[in-house]
Amino acid sequence: MISKINYMNIKVLYFARIKEAVNYSTEEIDLPSDISTVTALKNYLAQRGETWGNIFNGKQIVRAAINHQLVDDMAVIHAGDEVAFFPPVTGG
Amino acid sequence: MPEMRWRFFHLLPAGNDFMSVRVQTEDFDLSQELTSMRLSGQSKKEGIGAIVSFVGLVRDINDGDAINLLTLEHYPVMTEKALAAIENEAKTRWDIIDTLIIHRVGTLKPLDQIVLVVVTSAHRGEAFSACEFIMDYLKTSAPFWKKETTNQGEHWVEAKPSDDAAKARWQK
Repeated sequence: MISKINYMNIKVLYFARIKEAVNYSTEEIDLPSDISTVTALKNYLAQRGETWGNIFNGKQIVRAAINHQLVDDMAVIHAGDEVAFFPPVTGG
Repeated sequence: MPEMRWRFFHLLPAGNDFMSVRVQTEDFDLSQELTSMRLSGQSKKEGIGAIVSFVGLVRDINDGDAINLLTLEHYPVMTEKALAAIENEAKTRWDIIDTLIIHRVGTLKPLDQIVLVVVTSAHRGEAFSACEFIMDYLKTSAPFWKKETTNQGEHWVEAKPSDDAAKARWQK
């Protein structure tokens, strides 16, 4: 029996140096539904190639927000969420 | 009749209605902002006695390099929510009347104004502390990123451990 993989649609945003490195600011991803945390999403993105690996391999600090709320790497992602990745902030 | 009016005022929600956050490319006028906070209905009602303000500027020299331009990027919607949350937190910790945060984005020049924080209160101590608290939290929690242009080219500004330390001293 073939197990059926479910997908959930999420929106992902990138800012500052991460946006420049990946060369775009927003995308929609149909994420396999077993990828349900920020850590898992980072690992999933890191598989996309060298540029992505360099950003999401854990060597540099990448902060995350879900639906405009700063979260840690254990935070759970749900279908329809807006997930943002960015470097530590430097305002003020 | 006057009694009725006072009762009505007490039913107004405290908090959010009297705090404000603006993220804008345009410059701001400190004097104009202070006047409007000083003369607001909320200030009169709560007995304003002090206004503390902080203005942050674009440095002309950073880490030894002369700065030609500073570009500020932010995450719209999250920025406003994060700043409003900081104002709310300040209001729960100190007995203050009103707060205002203006943060500029886009391309700025050395010595341009970047950020304004204003806090009003009955007595100065509360406003001084709340203003410093808001700045320390803003620097580490609000989604802004700075990029400097020098004669050597462009680079993103790195977050400073000293900013995290400044925030940590407020943690309960």
